[in-house]
Amino acid sequence: MCGIVGLLVKNPALRPQLGALMVPMLVGMTERGPDSAGLAVYTTPVSDRHHKLSLYSGENAVDWPDLLERIAAGFAHAHEIAAHGNHAVLTSAADPAELVPWLARHAPTVAVLSVGRSIDLYKEVGAPAAIAERYGFKSLHGSHLVGHTRMATESAVTPAHAHPFTAGRDFCLVHNGSLSNPHLVRKKLEPLGIEFETDNDTEAACRFFEWRLREGDDLTTAVQRGFGELDGFFTFLMGTDRELLIVRDAFACKPAVVAETDDYVAIASEFRSLAHLPNISRAALFEPKPEEIYSWRI
Amino acid sequence: MANLKPVPMAREFDLAHDSLRELNLFLHKRAAEEGVAQIHVRNPDGAHSIAVGLDAALDVQIHGHVGYYAAGMNKHASVTVHGNAGPGAAENMMSGRVHVKGFASMAAGASAHGGLLIIEGDASLRCGISLKGADIVVGGSVGSFSAFMAQAGRIVICGDAEDALGDSLYEAVIYVRGKVRSLGADARFEPMGETDRAAVKSLLTQSGRSFDPAEFKRVASAKSLYHWHADADQEY
Repeated sequence: MCGIVGLLVKNPALRPQLGALMVPMLVGMTERGPDSAGLAVYTTPVSDRHHKLSLYSGENAVDWPDLLERIAAGFAHAHEIAAHGNHAVLTSAADPAELVPWLARHAPTVAVLSVGRSIDLYKEVGAPAAIAERYGFKSLHGSHLVGHTRMATESAVTPAHAHPFTAGRDFCLVHNGSLSNPHLVRKKLEPLGIEFETDNDTEAACRFFEWRLREGDDLTTAVQRGFGELDGFFTFLMGTDRELLIVRDAFACKPAVVAETDDYVAIASEFRSLAHLPNISRAALFEPKPEEIYSWRI
Repeated sequence: MANLKPVPMAREFDLAHDSLRELNLFLHKRAAEEGVAQIHVRNPDGAHSIAVGLDAALDVQIHGHVGYYAAGMNKHASVTVHGNAGPGAAENMMSGRVHVKGFASMAAGASAHGGLLIIEGDASLRCGISLKGADIVVGGSVGSFSAFMAQAGRIVICGDAEDALGDSLYEAVIYVRGKVRSLGADARFEPMGETDRAAVKSLLTQSGRSFDPAEFKRVASAKSLYHWHADADQEY
């Protein structure tokens, strides 16, 4: 069992409240996922010349200003770092294709959680409320987000196994369910040069969809292809810098409910995570139908 | 002064403040002790297991949306949800009445033995799965695999049904007014008889619907799975 939450604000005036609206949604899914929690939030994008990397050091203390100096010594570009305990957002004009391998060599205790122009990513082991508090989720701004509370069923409880999973740029996925053929998917992707970080089933789905996006599919087409490739139970919620998408497998065992008003689209595994939202009594409520793709764009 | 008979009292619980356990304990024990016949529940906000395991002729009115297993195992009580229900509404109901004014999620009325479940909106997948004798009336449509292995009871569907309706049915009977995307294994359409029309009429009346029973089709088991066929292809 796991909990998923998603929120997209249609009314730009609500963007400063994105985090505050979301925290009770995430905490409301604690019983479905008390092991770990994570969140991807899509913010105002950085300029075309820059990228953002969400960095995470786990239990290792990292001297972030020192890391920034070492990056500046290695790359002749402008860099900035906004650190918050064991988490930091690095904004850099360096090419991520060079910066990410550099970090792996020179700062091996730092994990890169996400790369993009809009996405900030947080994930950690522990109770959702404690994680929300630690990273100040309630003050996050942005246009949309994808969140998850995890109850592990098929791989270890570590920050790396927590959701959201990311691949490529500005793409993330969370999953309620379990896949039965992740190893086959992985065997198909690895010869294409696609590297995996964990043995988690959800990572296979994430990398499959991101591969299709790079091959030129739009997200809906990629998901349609996924029906033939991914076997198992799933409610997937995905984000890109422009889009929020939810889909359930043909048997739709894993729940989801959507609430839509003129101001927002809110998605959760259960209504109890939506009950606090403004004007919820006037929202259109529905459950996504099996193998039907629902997406909203900012 | 006339000898006044005590009027059955109503009681209200607000789940924004009162705990679910307090509510269910009241419904199980104290309502009868205190002579309370009607209970209103405010701000259910999707909580699980509201009004489960009731065993008395109470009238429970829930004002809002409920989570998993609302009114599960109900006996004698009448439970009305003025909102939507999460998965497993009225699962294993024994008797009484559960009325969902909105839509119901997966497996509504699963394994219910008796009583009447009314869903005014749509019911999601697996509605009436393993039904064991209760009646279900769905005002809207039902999702795939509804009435899977249903053993006894009746399901009236005023809208459409998605895939595999009535797969591996036993003795339960389905009446469907709209389109059926596909029937499950061993389910078949059968002619409506006088008893069928009377049953549909009665269930529609009990649930406040006024469709003409002649608009409904009967789906029942062809009973070809009742016996083991040694000669059948056993490759799966």
